[in-house]
Amino acid sequence: MSAGTTMNHSDNGYNFAYLDEQTKRMIRRSLLKALSIPGYQVPFGGREMPLAYGWGTGGIQVTAAVIGPDDWLKVIDQGADDTTNAVSIRRFFQTVADVAVTESTEVATIIQTRHRIPETPLKEGQVLVYQVPQPEPLQKIEPRETETRKMHAYAEYGAMQVTLYEDVAHFGRIAKTYDYPAIVNGRHLMSPSPIPKFDNPKMENNPAIQLFGAGREKRIYAVPPYTSVRSLDFDDHPFEVQTWKGSCALCGSTTSYLDEMITDDRGSRMFVCSDTDFCNTRQAEAASAPDDKAAGEDA
Amino acid sequence: MAYVAVKGGEQAILNTHKLISESRRGNPDLAELTLAQISEQFALAVDRVMTEGSVYDRELAALALKQAQGDAVEAIFLLRAYRTTLPRIALSEPIDTAKMTIRRRISATFKDIPGGQVLGPTYDYTHRLLDFALAAEGLERPNAELAREPLDGATPRVIDLLDSEGLIEAESDDRAGECFDLTREPMRFPAGRDQRLQNLARGDEGFMLGLAYSTVRGYGGAHPFVGELRVGEIEVEIVPEELGFPIVVAEVTVTECQMINQFRGTAATPPQFTRGYGLAFGHNERKAMAMSLVDRAMRARELGEDVRYPAQDEEFVLSHTDNVEASGMVSHFKLPHYVDFQAELALVRQLRAEHAVTRAEAQMKEVAE
Repeated sequence: MSAGTTMNHSDNGYNFAYLDEQTKRMIRRSLLKALSIPGYQVPFGGREMPLAYGWGTGGIQVTAAVIGPDDWLKVIDQGADDTTNAVSIRRFFQTVADVAVTESTEVATIIQTRHRIPETPLKEGQVLVYQVPQPEPLQKIEPRETETRKMHAYAEYGAMQVTLYEDVAHFGRIAKTYDYPAIVNGRHLMSPSPIPKFDNPKMENNPAIQLFGAGREKRIYAVPPYTSVRSLDFDDHPFEVQTWKGSCALCGSTTSYLDEMITDDRGSRMFVCSDTDFCNTRQAEAASAPDDKAAGEDA
Repeated sequence: MAYVAVKGGEQAILNTHKLISESRRGNPDLAELTLAQISEQFALAVDRVMTEGSVYDRELAALALKQAQGDAVEAIFLLRAYRTTLPRIALSEPIDTAKMTIRRRISATFKDIPGGQVLGPTYDYTHRLLDFALAAEGLERPNAELAREPLDGATPRVIDLLDSEGLIEAESDDRAGECFDLTREPMRFPAGRDQRLQNLARGDEGFMLGLAYSTVRGYGGAHPFVGELRVGEIEVEIVPEELGFPIVVAEVTVTECQMINQFRGTAATPPQFTRGYGLAFGHNERKAMAMSLVDRAMRARELGEDVRYPAQDEEFVLSHTDNVEASGMVSHFKLPHYVDFQAELALVRQLRAEHAVTRAEAQMKEVAE
């Protein structure tokens, strides 16, 4: 991240990274506050973006505020670089910021994501920008912001614990599979955005900076590097993540989050990595090292 | 079995841009619409787009409508996205609608009013019969006759006449000249009236109309009277710091509605009428009236009334009026959700398997007994 002064106007009549410098400054101030109070939702003067609300306007504004001309940007949706909205957002930054883009998690300095955390571990100096549709983890319990603000102020999170317990009573287990609430830095309850709970443990003690932008709700929050992120659970029902019986049909990974594909009208299906960069890298490695018996046999 | 899903998204997206451009143009043998035609002949559509798009610019609004194939909500979105990139040069002085050049002005509370009832252009008294003659082009239209003498320059607001008797609450500025700016600051609850009115002015006309309707159908207890509804041109002034006196920067058309509502009074205040206020760019009486009804309903809290109905609940109303936000959120469900869905799918399969086992065990037990 090298967010220096970038007042150059490109040919298309818009400032570098679309937003004007005053707006970027306002967003950066909100980001600094968010990093200072991990998990706390900072209200910010979210702008209308040329992308529909709910389609990543918060993430785009955060990325626009931190991106500089030397950055490498990666955009993923559902873990994939080639899904329609990831393509659209990447093209947006290529148009308004003329910035280098990459599909490689290793190379990227900023990764904007919707619904996934890359499988490849992140490093210091990287920024992960989450698109957040609903920043308030308590909203399903209490729709009124005037109330949820008080609940956060008093760290009154019993209601969330009760909701999870109701799942245990009904289903014998916690039935929350994504957007799984977590306590950040031992203080604030936070929505990790609709990532599968599979990804929750990756947030904990992550060396990268994790920034969350909710455009429609005009909130920013953050998890600084090496911060505790504890997924809510019970002593007798500890937090656990999804597992699959098989492995990725393309790269043979047994540790990644798998998407299910229906391959014909008789309901045949295959499972492949949702993280396309992770999967492609593994396939390429397997191809270049034919002796490596760890690669998938029938991909 | 090849892995074919979602690859090629980039090319497909580029193609949708070309396709939408084709379908926007329609049959190329027909003449293309000009912005001037849209602005002149679809003037009310342009007015709505300017109001909810929060930019007073007929040409840009016409362009937005052309680009959006006449879809008002899409056009509003286009205009808003353009608006955010504009610098804020100055704040205007409050407009004075008493100085309006009146085009239309009516009151439902008094038969005759100083300045007179001016009907102006309106569909109110037309019969809604399809005018088949209008299907033909180049039709000669009769011109309205001019009045013998022009209207008075300044037309007092009807509501001010009640004001002098103390029958209606005094209008007060609770923020001492400071004004909330919804386009620069996030919404805050509880919301001041400036914030509420800004939100309603930008809010979706259809949603506003439905909410306003609910307040007079038992979900809000409104007993409204149109104190005054006026449409016309007013000047917008700014005071540049280096000059220190106001200069006119624009003339805009606005529709203003002052709605009068009953109020029983409290132990401290005698019974009097209360106000609801609506203002829209251009000519849009439906929006201005609906806004004034919802504004009044949302004042329940400050007037010490019970907040019992949706239209009185500011968190409910203000959070859901914006059609750019609403259509964005609703349309985003078209985006891929297969990661979350996979998570849910795995859970439901697991729960179903357990359910089957539990049932089988229960049946075995029954048979055994």
